[in-house]
Amino acid sequence: MKHLAFAAGVLSATAAWAETPELTVYTYDSFVSDWGPGPAVEKAFEEICGCDLKLVSAGDGAALLARIKLEGERSEADIVLGLDTNLTAAAAETGLFAAHDVRADYALPVSWEDPLFVPYDWGYFAFVHNADAEAPTNFKALGDSDKKIVIQDPRSSTPGLGLLLWVKSVYGDEAPAIWEALSDNVVTVTKGWSEAYGLFLEGEADMVLSYTTSPAYHLIAEEDASKAAAPFDEGHYMQVEVAGKLAASDNPELADQFLAFMVSDTFQSIIPTTNWMYPAVTPEAGLPEGFETLIEPGKSLLLPAADAAAVRDVALGEWLGALSQ
Amino acid sequence: MAGRAEPVSPWPGIGAALVVAVLILGTLAAVAVRAEAGPGFGPSDWAALRFTVTQAVLSAVLSVGLAVPVARALARRRFRGRRLLIALLGAPFILPVIVAILGLLEVFGRAGWISTALGWVGMEPIRIYGLHGVVLAHVFFNLPLATRLLLQGWQEIPAERFRLAAQLGANGFAIWRLLEAPMLRRTVPGALAVVFAICLTSFAVALTLGGGPRATTIELAIYQAFRFDFDLGRAALLSGVQLALTAAAAAVALRAASGEGFGSGLDRAIRRWDGHSTMARWLDGLWIIVAAGFLLMPLAAIVLAGLPGVIQMPAIVLRAAATSVGVAAVSTLLLLAMALPMAAAVALGRGQAIEMAGILGLAASPLVIGTGLFIVIHPYADPFDFALPVTALVNAVMALPFALRILVPAARSVVERYGKLGLSLDMGGNAFFWRVMLPRMRAQIGFAAGLAAALSMGDLGVIALFADPELATLPLQIYRLMGAYRMEAAAGAALLLLCLSMGAFWVLDRGGRWHAET
Repeated sequence: MKHLAFAAGVLSATAAWAETPELTVYTYDSFVSDWGPGPAVEKAFEEICGCDLKLVSAGDGAALLARIKLEGERSEADIVLGLDTNLTAAAAETGLFAAHDVRADYALPVSWEDPLFVPYDWGYFAFVHNADAEAPTNFKALGDSDKKIVIQDPRSSTPGLGLLLWVKSVYGDEAPAIWEALSDNVVTVTKGWSEAYGLFLEGEADMVLSYTTSPAYHLIAEEDASKAAAPFDEGHYMQVEVAGKLAASDNPELADQFLAFMVSDTFQSIIPTTNWMYPAVTPEAGLPEGFETLIEPGKSLLLPAADAAAVRDVALGEWLGALSQ
Repeated sequence: MAGRAEPVSPWPGIGAALVVAVLILGTLAAVAVRAEAGPGFGPSDWAALRFTVTQAVLSAVLSVGLAVPVARALARRRFRGRRLLIALLGAPFILPVIVAILGLLEVFGRAGWISTALGWVGMEPIRIYGLHGVVLAHVFFNLPLATRLLLQGWQEIPAERFRLAAQLGANGFAIWRLLEAPMLRRTVPGALAVVFAICLTSFAVALTLGGGPRATTIELAIYQAFRFDFDLGRAALLSGVQLALTAAAAAVALRAASGEGFGSGLDRAIRRWDGHSTMARWLDGLWIIVAAGFLLMPLAAIVLAGLPGVIQMPAIVLRAAATSVGVAAVSTLLLLAMALPMAAAVALGRGQAIEMAGILGLAASPLVIGTGLFIVIHPYADPFDFALPVTALVNAVMALPFALRILVPAARSVVERYGKLGLSLDMGGNAFFWRVMLPRMRAQIGFAAGLAAALSMGDLGVIALFADPELATLPLQIYRLMGAYRMEAAAGAALLLLCLSMGAFWVLDRGGRWHAET
């Protein structure tokens, strides 16, 4: 009898375990790291969904898209979280993503209408420098100055690509001339953001391409007010990070629930001090203390997804041409 | 086994070589098959190819060229701290790339130690970014490795030869001409090929120290093909070019590295009677000091940067360290399981094809291997379940070329000296392998295992493609810390990694020669 009860217990336990649905979210590596939003998001969502949220990391945004393309319709993923507007056109083209019905009162400086992708955070690219040093106020002044900058390679890094589109969206056909003027300011080009930021902190350059929110990390987490972002009067290019649900998902309802949760107060208030970006929907409690010290660009620049994809290869060619001489 | 009498069976070695070849070429083929037609080899690819080959040739020639006097000095001199210095020589090679770059620039960068010191005496800071910077960084990584490989060559000259030379009154030059130069003719080509292959696949180092897109290597072009263009065909094509270049370099090296060995001695401790002139002492001392300074300064920078971060090491970093140690252990065992039979097969004269298969591991792009494995595994299972085994296997394959360079000469001399004796005693292949070969090669096995463990510990490799949030290795965790602005904690974790890698290397290398003199 005892044995029977034990067996029954085990069986029902396994059955309960088997019934717990699993939602698989592919995302970039810094999201799932212990210092990113991942752990808090997982805990909060599992409390309300009665499911197991499985976060899977795949490099960065571009690697994420490559992964989805490789896996196609057989993908285990229900949600892909971490693409940005430079990738959404290519992502939409795969036909693997399904429409969403999420509505939210977005705090984005641009209007957001995308049938497939829901934004969860955003930021402005900016050059970060030591607060006690003078900084140029636009690309032309930067090119004329003797300030040394370190940037990321657009072929391997998201911010690097952002800078490319920033210059292109402001200067269009004049972009090659801007890059030529900048070429003697560029100390070096790195594979990714971490290398560039590390070099800047070591003093190899006066400025580094990062985000307007970078000084908030130093201020809030390290109580260090020595870093500032340089406001450029041409405006600042934006990065909007989005998530989408896969059409082949086994759990479409759960995926919808996750996308709705993503723009909710709980998720959004985790973002600022873990991903160090602006939340897509301002939480009820407002932004964390320290964010009010950040610069606010007068003009927000963002190429529509289709244009970004179209202009990318031309802009890369110009960049390579100017910096390879 | 029919055919000619052989003291050990070559078949396990041939089998291991096949496994390696299938892993490398199979994953490449898997990527190529998934490809859609794209643009072929464009002008920018040719530019990348030129730059890649130029920097790899320069780096290889300089690394090995400088390693000759350094290894000679270390072979001739005995001094306090020599063992420690030789062990530390392993360090640059096993650092994660990002950590090594930051360490190098802390010393040689615009705001580095040297530029700061020059500033005090009113001189311009040094300009590190450019082709010379790329070569400098590659020499930093590979000079120590080349030195260890050549030093091993010196140690394989039997002590009796030096004794005889001394009895015959041979001076330093005569010893060089009769003993050292022939030994170098056999070891240098292999070392050149290995360093060339390593530098061929360089990407982050070349880009950062090269100062921009001028320094685009083939590996960067592969990266671009994958993530910027999602053009698998181009990625496979470029990866094929890398493999072909490495294979060509290896073929040239293996052909050049001919010549008779020295035969065997009685394993006495080596004593040298030459090089006692003041001039020779000063020269050797100078080489050792310059090389040690060049290699140890960036390491010191890494240690200094890491000390503050060590105090507040997060538990997650320690867990990652444990994972890394486990992966390194498995990887080392896998490596030995492949390398020992392969070395035995090569020693039996079973060909360059096996050595070639071994060296390909260096030329294979981790991105292509990772993606290829992904394509192969995905239809049948969740690739994430295999993250750690795959990492261990790929790390072992990457360490194989070094292991073979270390093991093959020793295996040859064992077969030469004891092979006939073993046959005449009718020892079975197994008995010969376990009772004669392995004990005779203990020192080399220890060195190879130490190198493999250290390399595996420091390699980011394919884990980045398969990473599971719960199962990060230490290098991956370092990247994550940096990605989350936590540079200080990352520096602390890098120091921990350095200590672990060096520790593993030290234990295994010393374990192999616990009663021998190095």
